[in-house]
Amino acid sequence: MMRRPSFPALVTLLAILTAVLFASSLLVGPSDIGVGDAFGALFGNEGVTTMVMREIRLPRAILSVSVGATLGLSGAVLQGWLRNPLADAGVLGIGSSAALGAVIAIVSGLAYASPLALPLSALAGAGLAAILVFALAGQGEGGNGLILAGVAVASLTSALTALTLNLSANPFATLEIVFWSMGSLGDRSLDHVYLALPFMAAGWLLLASVGRSLDAMTLGAETASSLGVRVAWVRAVILFVTAAAVGGATAVTGVVGFVGLVVPHVLRPLVGSRPSRLMVASALGGATLLTMADLAVRLILPSRDLKLGVVTAIVGAPFFFRLILHERRRSMR
Amino acid sequence: MNGPTTSRRPTKLRRRHFAACAVLATLVVAMTEPGLAADGAPGRVVSINLCTDQQAMAIAAPGQLASVSRLARDAALSNMADAAAALPANDGRAEEVVSLAPDLVLAGSFTSRATVGMLRRLGVRVEEFPPASSFDDIRENLTRMGQLLGRTERADQLVREFDARLAVLESDKSETAPKPVAVVYHIGNGTDGRGTLADEILTAAGWDNLAARLGLGSYGALPLETLVAGRPDLVLVGGAEASWSTEALPNARHPAIMAATDNGDRLMVLPDRSTICGTPFVVDAVARLVDERHRQAAHRRSGP
Amino acid sequence: MKLSAHDLSVRVANRTILQAIGLTLEPGEFVGLIGPNGAGKSTLLRTLAGAVPHGGELTLDDRPLAGYSARERARRIGYLGQDRHVAWPLTVADVVGLGRIPYRAPLSRESDADRRAVARALSVTQMENLANRPSDRLSGGEVARMLLARLIAQETPILLADEPIAGLDPAHQLATVQIFADMARAGHTVLASLHDLTLAGRWCDRLVLLDGGRIVVQGAPEAVLTPERIAETYGVEARFDRDADGLIVVPLRLVGQHRREVR
Repeated sequence: MMRRPSFPALVTLLAILTAVLFASSLLVGPSDIGVGDAFGALFGNEGVTTMVMREIRLPRAILSVSVGATLGLSGAVLQGWLRNPLADAGVLGIGSSAALGAVIAIVSGLAYASPLALPLSALAGAGLAAILVFALAGQGEGGNGLILAGVAVASLTSALTALTLNLSANPFATLEIVFWSMGSLGDRSLDHVYLALPFMAAGWLLLASVGRSLDAMTLGAETASSLGVRVAWVRAVILFVTAAAVGGATAVTGVVGFVGLVVPHVLRPLVGSRPSRLMVASALGGATLLTMADLAVRLILPSRDLKLGVVTAIVGAPFFFRLILHERRRSMR
Repeated sequence: MNGPTTSRRPTKLRRRHFAACAVLATLVVAMTEPGLAADGAPGRVVSINLCTDQQAMAIAAPGQLASVSRLARDAALSNMADAAAALPANDGRAEEVVSLAPDLVLAGSFTSRATVGMLRRLGVRVEEFPPASSFDDIRENLTRMGQLLGRTERADQLVREFDARLAVLESDKSETAPKPVAVVYHIGNGTDGRGTLADEILTAAGWDNLAARLGLGSYGALPLETLVAGRPDLVLVGGAEASWSTEALPNARHPAIMAATDNGDRLMVLPDRSTICGTPFVVDAVARLVDERHRQAAHRRSGP
Repeated sequence: MKLSAHDLSVRVANRTILQAIGLTLEPGEFVGLIGPNGAGKSTLLRTLAGAVPHGGELTLDDRPLAGYSARERARRIGYLGQDRHVAWPLTVADVVGLGRIPYRAPLSRESDADRRAVARALSVTQMENLANRPSDRLSGGEVARMLLARLIAQETPILLADEPIAGLDPAHQLATVQIFADMARAGHTVLASLHDLTLAGRWCDRLVLLDGGRIVVQGAPEAVLTPERIAETYGVEARFDRDADGLIVVPLRLVGQHRREVR
């Protein structure tokens, strides 16, 4: 059994990894820009190269790190709160509601009016989902209420999305929403960053404050309450803040799955399963994973526009096989 | 060979010669330098959409098109695959387009909003073309393309040729005799109804579109039963094949369709490249369908 | 610290779970809460912990409990529930450390006071040598002791425990009630629900008998544990005995059941 690394060491390692991947992300692209030229252009004033670095590569790198962090963090928070290692933001119906917002924008033509119309519409979808889940789940302390409400909302919004596509006279809409549901960071601009980053950053700060509550939830809602956790309040905060942060992220990248599920799982043993520590580790781990995936997308089959969500799914599915095998071995001990 | 004597006259001649060459060279350079053409037409054009690729390739001056999308090289989708293969291919991403330093980018109205937005944000001029759903759309797009590329004469010529060929094919139609019925069938019960390019192709070739007759607009749903009950004289299956042959299309061989078309005798592929984009090449599709109409008429006359 | 309930009632979904509960818990006493299953013992403990909406009054040192913030309450009243499920395999030391949450500011490191409290709790429950064991590798009894250590580490004046000795072997059962008795003697207020009538009778200073949501009787063990009371509330016939240290109550058969045939 490997000796567990100390928490500060783990965090430092992940932070360094994230920084290195961020820098690497700036150096990858269809136009050939050398390392020196790249960073020179980033800070300097070198015409087309600066444009490429600042307007195309920089937003992409910023988004891959921040969206990855948001997905990893939200996965850790939801798993901690729901006491369920299979939870992630998808369980709250956020992804499918954002997709509904997006498809309505595409089908109504709103998406073609302005480049930010689609992300804003997706964000609105995510927000409505949060309200709906909150209303449905009621005030009960049990995690089941939240999961059931989330599943209900996810089913409803998926059905509405399918209906909208079905009734649409636009054959391209289906294609667009299918691709949007696979996730992408292609050609995202600083405008996308300005749209999503406030939501994500606010999410990080607010979710950081519920670390202690998550630790307390290890022993269940009753005991957590006796330890001073205001369970109903924290639950509402987690729901709405996660919806805002993940909604904001999904609005600009489309649906990217598995990050919130896989990262906390992998890192949990390395932080001694402590939920509050897992949050920090998962944020950095998510940033790492998504940036690696975005690098893979651009390096593996650059001309075929491989989708981000496809890469994370290809990584995530075998991970589940491994998890099943591991659980079986464990239960046989 | 000669003595080392250099006379004055040859020197003067050389100087004048040199000057004349310099002037000529400057003129040549000025005329071919990107963006400096005399009539202000864009000297370096990049197309990132399959349909604008084909329209631009047909109209642009030699060397005016710097790149077309990779899809234009696919013979199943593009009528000008060979011409496209001679040009550098792009994958429609903002970074690579910007590196090509275009004066003008041609895109479709359904091209990724993020990419188009990014290009405009970077100060690149982007002109978007909606997909064509009628012959008028084709004429309009060609004319507009000609204006954008500073090649109005060429565009007008293409439109004239298009109209001329069409006129010949359409003159063949009889005004009185009932038109044979054709229908387009896509897997999943889709069809091309009124107001689509396929519909106009069929009509121009002297066929009656079953879907239009049934009142279906654009991309409507046509249950197989309804199709069969309509007793079409010709069933066209939409396919991404380069050829018109049905051999390679297993999904067309639904027993009901085979039965309705005399075991496939009256079944044809309508290649996607004829209908995805509105190009002058739709006339080839019209011609093919006119031939088919004649073949069926002859077949009927020769008796069962 | 004194915890008082006056005319306490609890209704859940149109069912009355507790009614007319009047109870005062004083420092220095180990009070045993007994009664048949379904009497409402768990609900009473949770209500006293401030987690359940109720009618009537709950006061802490004569101040309404509702007036305390969640954190202030958590520093004064510690609650050990029946649910022993630990969601994640934290180490024993980390689980015990959760008892220090009411004292820790967000994002703060462990303080010396925290470390001492955890060490003391581990020592009292004899879990020191298991401190670094992941909690999913413990036996049922060890889990119970770990969770008790969490409660002790919380260092609250008042302790409420719901069936703390269930599933423990006799030695650990005795050790646990000994811990509660020691804590009461040291000045804490302890209320624990117990099913073992002998342990309740011998170790508790006072017993509260709950049945059907009402307090049937409360007082000294001898006064509460009578054959009539036991038969009436539990429906069992028991053998009553005494030794130098206190009562012995052994349930033998259901009321109305005949003696087992001797073969």
